[in-house]
Amino acid sequence: MTPPTLVDETPSPSPTDPERLKGLTSGGRGGRGDVVFRWVALLAGLFVLAILALIAYTTTHEAWPAFKLAGVKFVVGTTWDPVHNEYGALALIYGTILTSVIALILAVPVSIGIALFVNEAAPRRLRRPVVTVLDLLAAVPSVVYGLWGILVFAPWIQPLYQDVADACKGIPVLDSIFGGTASGPSYMTAGIILAIMIIPIVTSLSREVIATVPASQREAAYGMGATRWEMIRHAVLPWSRGGVVGAIMLGLGRAMGETIAVALVVGSAIQITSHVFLPGYSIAAIIANTFGSAEDVGRSALIGLGVVLFVMTILVNVAARSIVTRFDRRAQGA
Amino acid sequence: MSDLLVRGPSEPEPTEDQERRLLEVTIGRSRRVRNRLATVWMYASFVAVVIPLGFIVGYVVAKGLSVLSVDWFTKPLAIISSQPGGGMAPAIVGTLVITFWAAAMAVPLGVLGAVYLHEYGGKGRLARLIRFMSDVMTGVPSIVMGLFIYTIWTLRFGLSGFAGSLALGCLMLPIVIRSTEEMLRLVPDDLRMASYALGNRKWRTIITVVLPAALGGIVSGVMLAVARAAGETAPLLFLIGASRTVNWDAFTGPNSALSLQIFTNATTPFAAAQNRAWGAALTLVGLVFILTIIARVVAARFSLKHQ
Repeated sequence: MTPPTLVDETPSPSPTDPERLKGLTSGGRGGRGDVVFRWVALLAGLFVLAILALIAYTTTHEAWPAFKLAGVKFVVGTTWDPVHNEYGALALIYGTILTSVIALILAVPVSIGIALFVNEAAPRRLRRPVVTVLDLLAAVPSVVYGLWGILVFAPWIQPLYQDVADACKGIPVLDSIFGGTASGPSYMTAGIILAIMIIPIVTSLSREVIATVPASQREAAYGMGATRWEMIRHAVLPWSRGGVVGAIMLGLGRAMGETIAVALVVGSAIQITSHVFLPGYSIAAIIANTFGSAEDVGRSALIGLGVVLFVMTILVNVAARSIVTRFDRRAQGA
Repeated sequence: MSDLLVRGPSEPEPTEDQERRLLEVTIGRSRRVRNRLATVWMYASFVAVVIPLGFIVGYVVAKGLSVLSVDWFTKPLAIISSQPGGGMAPAIVGTLVITFWAAAMAVPLGVLGAVYLHEYGGKGRLARLIRFMSDVMTGVPSIVMGLFIYTIWTLRFGLSGFAGSLALGCLMLPIVIRSTEEMLRLVPDDLRMASYALGNRKWRTIITVVLPAALGGIVSGVMLAVARAAGETAPLLFLIGASRTVNWDAFTGPNSALSLQIFTNATTPFAAAQNRAWGAALTLVGLVFILTIIARVVAARFSLKHQ
C-alpha cells in the first residue's frame, strides 16, 4: 500500500490523447459536411460562368440563320428591311453608339461635379440628402423614365430644339449636327434621358474612388497654399483618374444596353445621320419594339442584334472592370 | 470664402473685412475666380439632377393619383385600352409573383456564391475569375438576358411568368453575389476564430455565425436587387405574354406585369391609356420605393456597428 501523498502522481492524460478527445470531436461526418458545403458554394459561384457561356452559345446558335443569310453585311450593311429579308445593322449600331456618347457627354461633367461636391465641397448636413437623391434616381425604373420622356419631356423640348436648329442654320459644322427639322423623340432626347439614368452609377463609383485619395495628398496641396480647386485639380483628380475613367466606361456600358427608355423616346427611324435632333433607333430599342411581331429569319436576325449588343457591352464592361480592378488594387496597396 | 483659409484652432475667427483683404493679398484674382467657378460647377451639378428627379416624381405622383381607386387594385385589365375603366390587379399580381420567383432562385444561389468567393475562394485564381465575371454579368443588357431566356426556355416551354422570373433572376444574381460578398467582408475575423475555438466546423461557422452576423447587410442588398428587378421591362416583353386576368400561377399560362403595362399604354395615343400608364408607374414606383426603404431600415437596424 502506498502512503497517501499530497500530490496525485498518476500521470494525467495528455490533452491530445485520442481517448480523451473522444466525444469532443464529431469525427468524420463533420468533415464531410465541410467538403459538401464547399462544393455547393463553388457550384453556385460557377453558375455565373455557366450563364455567361450559355448566353453566348444559345443566342449565337439561334441567330445563325440570319448571320448566314446576311454574312458580313450584318454589321456593315445599312439597310434593315425584314420584309425583304435584308439585315444590315450598321444604322442601329450607329444609333446605339450615338445615343450613348451624347449621354456620356452630358452625364460625365455632372457626375464628377456631384462626386466632388459630396466629397469635397458640400456642407456636412447636405451630404446625406445628395446621396439619397442619387439612390432615388437609381431606383426609378427605366420604363418610368421612358414614360416621362415621351409624354412630358419630348413635347416640351421640341420647340427648344427647333430654336437651336434655326440658330445654327448655315453655320458649317453646327448645322450638320443641330440643323434640320427638329423632332421631339430623337437621338438627342434619348441621350438626355440616358444621361439622367447613368448619372447615379457614374457618380457613386467616382465618389468611392475619390474617397480613396489619401488625406496626406490633400493636406500637402493645401499646405502649399492651394485653393480648393487647385487641390482638386492637382491632388484629387490625378490620383483618381483611372477609377473615374472606369466608372465612365461602366456608365457607357449601361447606356448602350438600356432598352425601354430608349425604345420610347428615340423616335424609331432607321437612319444614319449626324443631325442629333432627328429621330433614330438603337439595337436594344428595335429588339424591344419589333421582336413580338417578327417571324423566322426576322426573329433570328433580332437575336443576332442581341449578340452584337452583347459583344459590344461585354467588351466595354471588361475594359471598365479591368481599369477599376487595377485601380482598387493600387488603392489598397498604397 | 472662409473655405480658402486654413486657420489654427486657437486663432480668433477673422472678420469678413479682414478675410477679404487677406485673400486679395495671398490669392490672386484669377485663382479666386477659378475656385469660385469650380464651386459653382459642383453645386450646379447637384441641382442638375434634383430638377429632373423632382419633375419625374412630381408627374408620376400627380398624374398617377388621379387614376388610383379601389377598382384599380381589384379589377382585371380594361378590354378596350382606349376607353377608361378596368383595373391593374393582374399586373400588380404578375409583378409580385414574377419577382418572387426570381428572388427565390437568385438569392440562395447568390448568397452561396458569395460564401464561396469570400470564405473559400479568397484571392485564388478561380474566385478572382468568378468575381470578375459577375461584375461583367451586371453589365449584360436586360434585353439580351430576355433573348437568352427566350432561346433556352420560351422556345420549348412557351410563355409564362416563370420565364420572366428566370430572366430577372439572372439579372439579380450578380448583384446579390457582389453585395453579399461586400457584407461578408465586414464580418470581423474574431467571430470566425471564436467559433472555431468552440469546435465548430467551417460550414457550421458560416451558417450559424458568419451569415447571421452579415444578415442585415445581405437583406438590404437583396432588397435593392429585388427592387431593381421589379422595375425591369425589357426582358419581360416577349417572355410572359399578356394576360387580362389575375394569374397567381407563374408556371402555366401567360402573365402580366406593371412595367409592361406602362410600356404598352405609353405607346398609344389615347388619353385613357396614357393615364393608365401613369397610374401603373405610380404603383410600380411606390412598390420599388417601399422595397428600397425597407432595405435601408433593415440595413440600419442590423448593421454590425449597432450590435
